[in-house]
Amino acid sequence: DTSLAEVNSFSPISPSSMINQYKFEDGPELRDLFITVDDPESHITAIETFITYRVVTKTTRGEFDSSEYEVRRRYQDFLWLKSKLEEAHPTLIIPPLPEKFIMKGMVERFSDEFIETRRKALHKFLNRIADHPTLTFNEDFKIFLTAQAWELSSHKKQGPGLLSRMGQTVRAVASSVRGAIKNRPEMFTEMNNYMETFSQKINLLDKIAHRIYKEEREYFNEMKEYGPIHTLWSASEEDVAESLKGVASCIDRCCRATEKRMAGLSEHLLPILHEYVLYCEILMGVLKRRDQIQGELDSKVDALANKKTEKDLFSEEIGKLEDKVERANNALKADWDRWKQNMQWDMRSTFTNVAENNLHYYEE
Amino acid sequence: MEDCLAKKMEITVSEAEKRTGRNAMNIQETYTAYLIETRAVESQSEGQCGPVESLWRRYSEFELLRNYLSVTYPHIVVPPLPEKRADFVWHKLSADNMDPDFVERRRIGLENFLLRVASHPILCQDKIFYAFLMQEGGWKEMVNETGFQLKADSRLKALNATFRVKNPDKRFTELKHYSDELQSVISHLLRVRARVADRLYGVYKVHGNYGRVFSEWSAIEKEMGDGLQSAGHHMDVYAASIDDILEEEEHYADQLKEYLFYAEALRAVCRKHELMQYDLEMAAQDLTSKKQQCEELATGTVRTFSLKGMTSKLFGQETPEQREAKIKVLEEQIQEGEEQLKSKNLEGRDFVKSAWADIERFKEQKNHDLKEALISYAVMQISMCKKGIQVWTNAKECFSKM
Repeated sequence: DTSLAEVNSFSPISPSSMINQYKFEDGPELRDLFITVDDPESHITAIETFITYRVVTKTTRGEFDSSEYEVRRRYQDFLWLKSKLEEAHPTLIIPPLPEKFIMKGMVERFSDEFIETRRKALHKFLNRIADHPTLTFNEDFKIFLTAQAWELSSHKKQGPGLLSRMGQTVRAVASSVRGAIKNRPEMFTEMNNYMETFSQKINLLDKIAHRIYKEEREYFNEMKEYGPIHTLWSASEEDVAESLKGVASCIDRCCRATEKRMAGLSEHLLPILHEYVLYCEILMGVLKRRDQIQGELDSKVDALANKKTEKDLFSEEIGKLEDKVERANNALKADWDRWKQNMQWDMRSTFTNVAENNLHYYEE
Repeated sequence: MEDCLAKKMEITVSEAEKRTGRNAMNIQETYTAYLIETRAVESQSEGQCGPVESLWRRYSEFELLRNYLSVTYPHIVVPPLPEKRADFVWHKLSADNMDPDFVERRRIGLENFLLRVASHPILCQDKIFYAFLMQEGGWKEMVNETGFQLKADSRLKALNATFRVKNPDKRFTELKHYSDELQSVISHLLRVRARVADRLYGVYKVHGNYGRVFSEWSAIEKEMGDGLQSAGHHMDVYAASIDDILEEEEHYADQLKEYLFYAEALRAVCRKHELMQYDLEMAAQDLTSKKQQCEELATGTVRTFSLKGMTSKLFGQETPEQREAKIKVLEEQIQEGEEQLKSKNLEGRDFVKSAWADIERFKEQKNHDLKEALISYAVMQISMCKKGIQVWTNAKECFSKM
């Protein structure tokens, strides 16, 4: 892990340095993996119709045989990748995937809007994985990015697959029944509480943002009618005609500015809020799994009280896992804060822009 | 500009008060009375003002005054009163006549009406108008004594009835079309404006929810807490700002409404002219037919088929004496008719002259007022945007500090 030494300018053990180690999006100079998702294409077979997306990867990493890859993937493949990552790293925060279908709203499965929204979310998904210090080196991830369609299918069929996943679930259920919350460190209880409140608030914000979008849309619709009336009026006037036409054109510009504003919302704020709503679920899941692991640790500690050496080995393993979670959480928090900033910044710039435009337009 | 009352006297409608009283049918009712204050002003020397006189009037008395003026000066575009009932409301505004905001806007509208009449070179000299301002008691009787209600042509009430005028004055026809167009375009505009205001209100107010949630959220955040909290505050400010903005816009709407009603007044003048023209044509027609009758009786020839002709054929001719009597009556009528026609023609020409003078005056006033209203609307929008910029700049700062 060479990046550690480079970025580490503070004392090696302090928590802030740990956070620093996991700085995401360090800027293009430090990134060595670039992924884009684009070009949705529809495929029609006898059985079904589905969409594939083009995934282009550019990299300078040694472990990749080539420096550029281009493959086509469908939504199912992404689902597969996500579940493999969850399997391999149960206590790391795997980024959310866009949902299978949208419940509310009359969005068809293959409408352009839906496909575009999904494409953007898939793009984000892969990039978040790429930016994650651990996940980025995952083998399945590499295969996802590089394998041809038939290679991927055959790889999918290998591996532990169903049985091991079932085993995990069984253990999960068992430990949750046992109530693994006994020795939970304070930090994770705090996180749980935080997540509960956060999830509430972010869901509210998501609803509010959608509501604002709706109101703005209605406003826009009314404004569209408002401008032309002035033009109509100017037709029957002589003296006042110029002023009326002026007002009409200003109103039209306001309309366009409002459109921009709405676009800003739908392109930046709404998707991010949605992503974080999904993140809430993911995080709750991660915390649960952490609890499970802890539960395992505790039960092993109890059960293997005599076999000291074995116990040490196990607890060491499990302790490592706990640390992993801890780090992942910290990293994500740092990431969140910065993301929030960016998100808000984008949104506010859009708004400020609109207001400024309004001003200029109205200076008639 | 001619010397008009507005220059010699300060007029304000300064207060509004709720009253209860018994009406004509002895039923208890609640109404609003408005205080009219007047003060004589010396045009040359400043600070030399007469004492303030005041009296109370209610809306129905204003209506009576306006009706009187409309009938007495049919060739004048009489300034309109503010609306009787709240119209073009968007959801937050009340349509209740007793609502304090409505009363306040009506007070301003009534003051505006009085000022308009007082600045009109002809209307301001009317004695009834003067008495309306100065004489509290006995004014109603005074108005009724003028007998103006008799002059009021009931035919005008049927505003949409058409009179087939053979030689309409093109200018008046055009003007009538213009007034119709103006009415329809302004009312359309006001309706859409009300809907736009409604939507804008919605957008602003939902942002207030951000304020609440940000504040709750900030409680669980450490680094982001302060930024969120202050940003939330700005969202609240933003949401609250819309109330003032829209209130100001109501004044703009009222200015447009005045011209909506002015369009009606303009139309009324056109209608009166139409009616006059119609009467003239009818009178001329009547005269022509009487002359014809006279000629027929005198010469004994029946040129046109008439019932009289038929009956005389069937039942025998009239005696020469009877015929003479008839001719005499007709000749008298014809003379009367010719005099009437002359005076009607004169009336008509006078009407057109003075009406057109007032219409020109009105046009100038309208262009000036509309331009000003549009400018003030633009200024309002600019100020709204400036406020928006300020709020969002502040919010942006808060967010960037999170």
